[in-house]
Amino acid sequence: MSRLALREEGFECGDPAAPWYRTVHIRGGVLGFRVRESGKQPFEIQLTMTSRMADDPGLAIEARGLTKRYGDRAAVDGVDFRIERGEFFGFLGPNGAGKSTTMRMIYRATPVDDGVLRVLGHEAIPQSDRAIKSRLGVVPQEYNLDERMTAREILEVFSRFYGLRGEARRTRIAELLEFAELEDRQASPVAELSGGLKRRVQIARGLLGDPDVLVLDEPTTGLDPRARRALWDKLIALGERGTTIVLTTHYMDEAEKLCDRLVVMDEGKIVAEGTPAGLIADNVPPQVLEIVVPEAAERRRLHEHFGPVALARVELADRLLFYGADGEALLRRLFELRDGTDARVRSANLEDVFLSLTGHGLS
Amino acid sequence: MRLPGDIDLRMAFAVFMRNATDYRRTWWLNILPNFFEPVLYLLGLGIGLGYYMREGLEGKDFIAWLAPGLMASAAMNGASFETTYNMFVRMTFAKLYDAYLATPAQIQDIAFGELLWAIVRAMMYGVVFLIVVSVMSLFGTSIVTSPWALLLPVMLALIGAMFALIGQLYTSCIRVIDLYSFYYTLWLTPLFLFSGIFYPVDRFAHGEEIAWFTPLYHAVRVCRGLSHGEVTTSMWGSVVWMAVVSLVLLRVVPWRLRRRFFR
Repeated sequence: MSRLALREEGFECGDPAAPWYRTVHIRGGVLGFRVRESGKQPFEIQLTMTSRMADDPGLAIEARGLTKRYGDRAAVDGVDFRIERGEFFGFLGPNGAGKSTTMRMIYRATPVDDGVLRVLGHEAIPQSDRAIKSRLGVVPQEYNLDERMTAREILEVFSRFYGLRGEARRTRIAELLEFAELEDRQASPVAELSGGLKRRVQIARGLLGDPDVLVLDEPTTGLDPRARRALWDKLIALGERGTTIVLTTHYMDEAEKLCDRLVVMDEGKIVAEGTPAGLIADNVPPQVLEIVVPEAAERRRLHEHFGPVALARVELADRLLFYGADGEALLRRLFELRDGTDARVRSANLEDVFLSLTGHGLS
Repeated sequence: MRLPGDIDLRMAFAVFMRNATDYRRTWWLNILPNFFEPVLYLLGLGIGLGYYMREGLEGKDFIAWLAPGLMASAAMNGASFETTYNMFVRMTFAKLYDAYLATPAQIQDIAFGELLWAIVRAMMYGVVFLIVVSVMSLFGTSIVTSPWALLLPVMLALIGAMFALIGQLYTSCIRVIDLYSFYYTLWLTPLFLFSGIFYPVDRFAHGEEIAWFTPLYHAVRVCRGLSHGEVTTSMWGSVVWMAVVSLVLLRVVPWRLRRRFFR
């Protein structure tokens, strides 16, 4: 439940940017947690229970306690999320976090083991698979294209699954080839296309049924920076048209640039949820001093030197990160000890959020 | 339109058309062997080996006795290849089934579309064979001698369906493509050799009783009966046998595939 929705229901939400603000979703209902820190006194916690689990037409996808097990291992372990219609929603996390499995449950390629999943008003059970899938567009992680066929042939073949025929079919295919900027290459066998172009063929294919929701699983993995940017532009254009877009990624810059809202996943669980800016504001101090130091002795010296000046710190294989409210102050503190040739100050980003929440990196 | 087993014909047709689109590119490469195969078999075995079998078999010239069985096996091969290697490649290497399953199509529609295509392929093999032997019959080598032969294309479709479904069942069970060597050497080859194509099945003790449980025996019997106009009750029994096996597999195959894909 968003803060806005909470306000509408008359709950006092305080300043969302305040460091004490938390919203936590738990299985079976949404709890808005307010956690207020007042000096050395114990936390004052105010619980507000709301229940808006009934079919909500404004909702594209909703999951409660969603779980998927493979043997003993829970690939997705009781996750809750709500994706509103028209949203650009992201799942950010490293490989193996359970993002793809979550997507596969949404597009009905794998059964739900436990919990509830509603997609476009339908409970995700075998009886409604066709209904759900007819309103979804899917761009999977792997290239699953007929390599010998051309982009146009592929669109022709797959248009039949959506009942497109005659003039409607021709127009739709022409539109999609134009949108994906594939007109020049429409007659080349897919095997001859670059990764970026193949991805665009997959996106065009996913859009054939004029879906309400487009699901993309790591769409830019393996693409060069230029192809990534080109793809981002396409996705932004789609989002502006009002298509709900659900995307998984392990690139924090991608999530930050594209997503209205996102969840951070790790080891099958959702560890945080919010807007990119909100997640950063809620979880990490705004500025980071990043220093490249491989040697342990120098690291110890830096740790001691910074002491309480750094509000938080992270140790990576080749770098030390010190967080604070004021980047310049961090840098000044460094200069008191040594020079700053191997150091830089930057704003905190989603990767820092991920580090602070999980203690390890995204890739 | 929906068939029993929640098969959506529109979706199945879309899968069928994918295969047809792919085939169109290389059809002349594919259809040529279909033509050479019967000609080579009829020349090599019918005319070559047949020379030493002047009494013929069961009152027929050897070539006339042999040809209908080869026609049945041609349909078997056409259907089998399509639902073994070709289906496996589409399913696993090309990941095409994942792409299909992301559309409103369900696995039973896909299996049925593949089946329809395999039937067409079986008929390409079988009907080309039928055309070759019919032309030979016109020029004095009487192989196809009865108007019942007009039913042969329908029977070739049934034979194709049955072997396509058996192939699909095997494909749904295996994870590595190498396992097809067993399917070919320990299943299709013995069927080819012991189903009464080259000599009557009672050559071996209990040959007929054993053969009754195997599919190609029935296919050969039906093709031979219709070609020669020897239409008997037991021949219709073979038609029923093939239909029943096909209908059972039509339910089993989607169930198997669903267990494989939806997990």
